[in-house]
Amino acid sequence: MKNSFRNGFHVLQPGFGPAAPAKTASDEVYPNAAHSYIAKEVAAKTFQDVNLCYQCGKCSAGCPVRDYMADSPNKVVRFVQLGLEQAALNSTTPWLCAGCLTCSTRCPNDFNLAKFMDAVREISIEKGVKTKEKEISSFHEAFLRQVRLFGRSYEAGLVADYKLNTLRLLQDVDSAPGMILKGKLSVLPHKVKDRKTIKNIFGKTTHKKKRNG
Amino acid sequence: MADAGLTYGYFPGCSQKGSAREYEMSLLKVAGKLGIDLKEIDDWSCCGATSAHATNHRLANALAMRNMLLAEQQGLETLVAPCAACFNRLITTKAECRNHPESKKDVEELLSASVSNTTSILNVIDLFDKASNGLIGSGRVRDMKGLKAACYYGCLLVRPPELIDTDDSEQPDSMERIVKATGADVVEWNYRTECCGAAHSISRRDIVVDLSKRIIDDALMHGANVIIVACPMCHTNLDMRQRVMRRMYPSHKEIPVLYLTELIGLSLGFTESELGIDLHYIRFNMPNEIMNQTAQA
Ligand code: SF4
Ligand code: SF4
Repeated sequence: MKNSFRNGFHVLQPGFGPAAPAKTASDEVYPNAAHSYIAKEVAAKTFQDVNLCYQCGKCSAGCPVRDYMADSPNKVVRFVQLGLEQAALNSTTPWLCAGCLTCSTRCPNDFNLAKFMDAVREISIEKGVKTKEKEISSFHEAFLRQVRLFGRSYEAGLVADYKLNTLRLLQDVDSAPGMILKGKLSVLPHKVKDRKTIKNIFGKTTHKKKRNG
Repeated sequence: MADAGLTYGYFPGCSQKGSAREYEMSLLKVAGKLGIDLKEIDDWSCCGATSAHATNHRLANALAMRNMLLAEQQGLETLVAPCAACFNRLITTKAECRNHPESKKDVEELLSASVSNTTSILNVIDLFDKASNGLIGSGRVRDMKGLKAACYYGCLLVRPPELIDTDDSEQPDSMERIVKATGADVVEWNYRTECCGAAHSISRRDIVVDLSKRIIDDALMHGANVIIVACPMCHTNLDMRQRVMRRMYPSHKEIPVLYLTELIGLSLGFTESELGIDLHYIRFNMPNEIMNQTAQA
């Protein structure tokens, strides 16, 4: 990758420091990160090397959703650096990430962590990993179904679809009738004329779910 | 006042046709009064919003680019995108296609068209701060003094810094400049660029309520009597979610939340219902100073 090992900074020079320790079992557990499947996939999707992150933790310190995450955001980066594919893909952190870009704005080494989270989430979908944050994934699916059908998001349909799929039928019932009365939830969808193009885009980009092998 | 030549393309975004329709109402009223012509893109579609970029990066690029392509084809060089999330999707896709030819090629294949990728994208703050600087002051018929406004930017109007023409991503002041032009006072507070939880509004309401409550409480603590936003998601989370806050926290103190365009509209003399302010959950009462002023006029 273009940015890796800038000025040799990320690698110890030969002969520098103590002699390399003998190979241990952890070499098997932590395969060379830069060459792991997950690190390469993430790099291809984000145009950045995951080793740019030097684990300072500044991103997690400012992350608004950190309190609700089991793994801190920089820990998920660490998983990928170490090639720990399952740990990264099963973490709920990418799903809880709100994409607020606070981390990407503040990272001292210009690592775009929000983009990284998008990539890990997408890879987990491609690999058919089911996240435990089911409400969040169901919401995204319901939203995109509206766009695929109509070309625009149709809020009343979205709410109905989401509720049916998560069986959260009672939540928010207090706000929906009020919204319809105020004309805020339109009763009919606004449809795009050229739905062929929209259909095409979805047809060519939808992930064919491969099982995790 | 109507400066000839202020014509922009307009990308409404889905929310502005539904849950945020007062945002569109007020934007169009204000723009009309200031002589800014907003031409809605014919047959625009959803930008993909959070759900596309969160789950499918190629889909997100293609959905966003379709609208910029339509703008090109319809001769609209500059697009105004009032929703902060749409705005961010458009600039992000535009930058990716500029920096990575392979992404541009992929998008062109998905759209079966070639794109020049030259459309400029403005958010509402850009529109009033840069593009039509000075118009608000000259068109003002009502001095909004008595309002102590907490300007809330949220995330997507100020980040990422490399793509946003902002004074400072952490401490911006462009919205404050616009608010001051209406005569309102601005308060200094801490949560101007903290996230409200955005698209988790429905799926993880608990998180959104916590984050939004912190924002509201900080605004109140610093003496604000209104919060100003420029994003439909921020508005839903800060306005509508106060119903839940009221239930969960009996001591919750309410504060009205106005769109920036509604505040400008009031200062230009429009009524609350013309601007859709009566569609909000938390009632906005004009301070007496402003009401008396209107009575005298
Ligand atoms: S702020 Fe940047 S370098 Fe530091 S841990 Fe986060 S991603 Fe890594
Ligand atoms: S983009 Fe995601 S990981 Fe980064 S600060 Fe925001 S919520 Fe946290």
